[in-house]
Amino acid sequence: MKDPRSSNGTGGHSRRAFLKGTSAAAAATAFVTGAGVATAADVKPRVVGPGATSVTLNINGKDYELKVEPRMTLLEVLRWQLDLTGAKPVSVDASSGAATVIIDGKPAAANTTLAVACAGKKIQTVESLGGAKPDPVATAFVHNDAMQCGFCTPGFVVSVRAFLDKHPKATEQEIRAGLNSNLCRCGTYANVIMAAMEVVKGGARG
Amino acid sequence: MAKAKYNWPKRGTTSLIGKQQDRVDGLAKATGAAKYSYDINPPNVLLARALGCPHAHCNIKSIDLSAAAKIPGVIKVAAMKKPGDEIRWQGDPIAVVVGETEGAVAEGLKAIKLDYEALPIFVNDEDLAAAEKADRASGGGGNTQLEKEAPEGTDEDKFADQEIERLLKESAAVVEGYYGIDVITHMCLEPHGATCEWEGKQLTAHLSTQNVSGTASQFATPLEITADEVTIHCDYIGGGFGSKFQADTWNVIAAKLAKEIGRPVKLMLDRDTELKTAGCRPSGYIKVRIGADKDGFVNVWDSHHWGTNGSTPGGVGQEVIPYVFNPPNRRRKRTTILTNASPTRAWRAPNHPQGCAMSQTAYDDIAAKLGMDSYDVFLRNIPTDPEDEAKILKHDRYVEEMKIAARLMDWKAKWHAHGKGPAKGSVVSGLGMAIHTWGGGGQAGGCLIRIHPDGGVEVSLGSQDLGTGTRTVINMIAAETFGLPIEGVTVNIGSSKYPRSSASGGSVTVAGVSEATRRGSQDSLRKLCELVGKKLDVDPTTLVASKGRIFVEEKADKGLSWKEACSLLGMTPQEVKGEFQRADDNHLSSSIVGGVQMAEVEVDKDTGLIRMKKFVAVQDMGLIINPRGATSQIYGAVIMGIAAALFEQRIMDPTSGAFLNAEIADYKLARLGDIGEIVVELYQPDSEYERGVVGLGEPPAISPCAAISNAVANALGVRVPVLPMIPSRVLDALKKARTA
Repeated sequence: MKDPRSSNGTGGHSRRAFLKGTSAAAAATAFVTGAGVATAADVKPRVVGPGATSVTLNINGKDYELKVEPRMTLLEVLRWQLDLTGAKPVSVDASSGAATVIIDGKPAAANTTLAVACAGKKIQTVESLGGAKPDPVATAFVHNDAMQCGFCTPGFVVSVRAFLDKHPKATEQEIRAGLNSNLCRCGTYANVIMAAMEVVKGGARG
Repeated sequence: MAKAKYNWPKRGTTSLIGKQQDRVDGLAKATGAAKYSYDINPPNVLLARALGCPHAHCNIKSIDLSAAAKIPGVIKVAAMKKPGDEIRWQGDPIAVVVGETEGAVAEGLKAIKLDYEALPIFVNDEDLAAAEKADRASGGGGNTQLEKEAPEGTDEDKFADQEIERLLKESAAVVEGYYGIDVITHMCLEPHGATCEWEGKQLTAHLSTQNVSGTASQFATPLEITADEVTIHCDYIGGGFGSKFQADTWNVIAAKLAKEIGRPVKLMLDRDTELKTAGCRPSGYIKVRIGADKDGFVNVWDSHHWGTNGSTPGGVGQEVIPYVFNPPNRRRKRTTILTNASPTRAWRAPNHPQGCAMSQTAYDDIAAKLGMDSYDVFLRNIPTDPEDEAKILKHDRYVEEMKIAARLMDWKAKWHAHGKGPAKGSVVSGLGMAIHTWGGGGQAGGCLIRIHPDGGVEVSLGSQDLGTGTRTVINMIAAETFGLPIEGVTVNIGSSKYPRSSASGGSVTVAGVSEATRRGSQDSLRKLCELVGKKLDVDPTTLVASKGRIFVEEKADKGLSWKEACSLLGMTPQEVKGEFQRADDNHLSSSIVGGVQMAEVEVDKDTGLIRMKKFVAVQDMGLIINPRGATSQIYGAVIMGIAAALFEQRIMDPTSGAFLNAEIADYKLARLGDIGEIVVELYQPDSEYERGVVGLGEPPAISPCAAISNAVANALGVRVPVLPMIPSRVLDALKKARTA
């Protein structure tokens, strides 16, 4: 095992030291991983941490073999280990929406989701909506100038994408009611509404 | 060559200027490709966080870092204060922890032990009597202006007392009002911070700043290097709003620690510290007596206002009291209150929103008292004195903008006297308005225009994009001048190594970069035209650039393609510097704008909830480079105003001085569903186009608070005195009115 302190950092407790810990501590930090697990009884719980553990994350269609501490959030891993910095650290909880990503088709706050809990799931970040053929939501944000400083924008784009995936024919009223989990300080909401409406009119799947 | 002359293209002849243009960096922002200071990850970068002092007022006895230094993953811990230092607000950074991961740094911060001596705390800036009792209030100036002069030999203060009482007594309507607006924070979504990396003696600070060209020396001096050894880099900034002009102590420490450790260090404030220490706006509270004639003309104003600038003296100045209006008889007194809160920073249109909210509300109450339409009272009081007009927007322009706003709001049809509108159950609706003014205009700055022999064009300025769309504005102007499409020009901003530009504050960015870019581009084109003229054997002054060609005006076939023209440069790119000084006589920019805003709200008298129905903003800003960007600025300003009017406030615990809601979940801001319909009108008759570029960041952010407060007062027939008008305050005001 590599020195846990030399790589992207760990708490410094080795796995061996942890395993010697009390059963109460083990129970408190235990994680059940694995997608598609019907019931807890189907699978033997895997105990991880507190040192770094190996995990495979599927991000934007690609598998990444990573070493993460169980306490690391998905946001930390995306930003620090993979340099995917579109999702932003804005709030301590999910109240800003700036770290919104799509996990198994549903919007989630990457900063309140632990990375180890994402094994076996499909993670989609805002970067997947860019590239040579950008997603219609991203281009609608540009056409409607739904950004100023732009720090909240990637999270907003992902939220709008997820919302319109679920409500492709959303009315303006539904958009106004359904996109309140993202915070913008510059005040781009009016433009975001126009952008979302444009996508609806052009077909939510673009 | 004849003396260089700079001008804007004639209105109606442009291909880009004045047309709707998508942001050139829009897709980068929308897809996460844009890299902010927080996103810069040099190899081996470490994370740092600052520990804000948990106590609002204390003397530091010791800061024990030893336990923190032992946390696995913590690389370095440094104190930012020393024993004996006085801490005057909660959240003032006292130490920094550098580590490998968020978790390690968080553990390190928790392990720091602070020993302190507690000192008395005062945070209640609204309570003037308590502030006086606690010896936290001090005179902050004031002056009196009366039509009548004091007779010789009389005491001036005594005469003013008598005169003001007489004028109030003779007034057809008198309002004795109390109004206020709480402290709000900047709440930049990207907190203050920097990623600092060294290469030998050279420091690069990827700093979240609205002052790219102005912060290098603030790093250099404390680090004992020279400013040329510092590069400030900021391609994108996640919000500033007036709070990110300086290098800030924690960023300098990050640079210092990066050098000591030998690895890059990224220090971004956490949300809690960001809100407690890195920017807020002064509060303002006012007691005023105001007297008007039967037509609503305010003849006498007598006020005392106070508020806090935090732990340093200051606050809302008296020059904005009353705001825009200038009654012939006016006495104003000002008190400044010291609180155990962070010093304020410039906040979008410093002083103006508070001045507007503390005074145009009183004017609206005069309308209520007289049973008049607020529109008529505002119209009646717009200054016509030429001396006033020099400082604020021209009278006729206000009148014109008021007419447009009233039409867009359908004001006359919707208007009802205060508190006399029809009710739908417990819900009543109302209208309110406010007007504003701002200076703006370009500050001195330069740019470098490089035309490459292959036809490529680069424009470089040490400016920044605060959200305005600075790159797009520069790009449009340069491309327009060279007759190229928008893609024909590359814009470089965000580095202190580019020619100096002004900081983005006070609505000066667009005017400043426009001046520099247009001047540089026109000079650059003239120089290129000399080569083309020689080649074609024509007078270079007859040449124009349009649609990708340089040709003799009105003889389109006599010319060269842009690429052919640039190939005449041979091997060497042509470099031309654009310069602009504010004192230059040939201006492409000017200053002083105004605007009129109207709000329509619904208020539920049972719950105290206010809902925005419609908001109209009419704004002049001189020549508009990109109407799409300008419209966005106004939407944004209005939405910020809605937040300050209805939701956001800093809540302080009076006993401990703790800032209780310093997290996003607790600090309420407007959300997408809160904004209602917003209608923006860019007021740009030919006279506006001709006066050049002015700037827009501040002005539309001024009026919303007063306009919304007035709309609520019109709906209820009762003033909710202090902003934000949270439901409990609405219900309190209604209760007070019922029992009065």
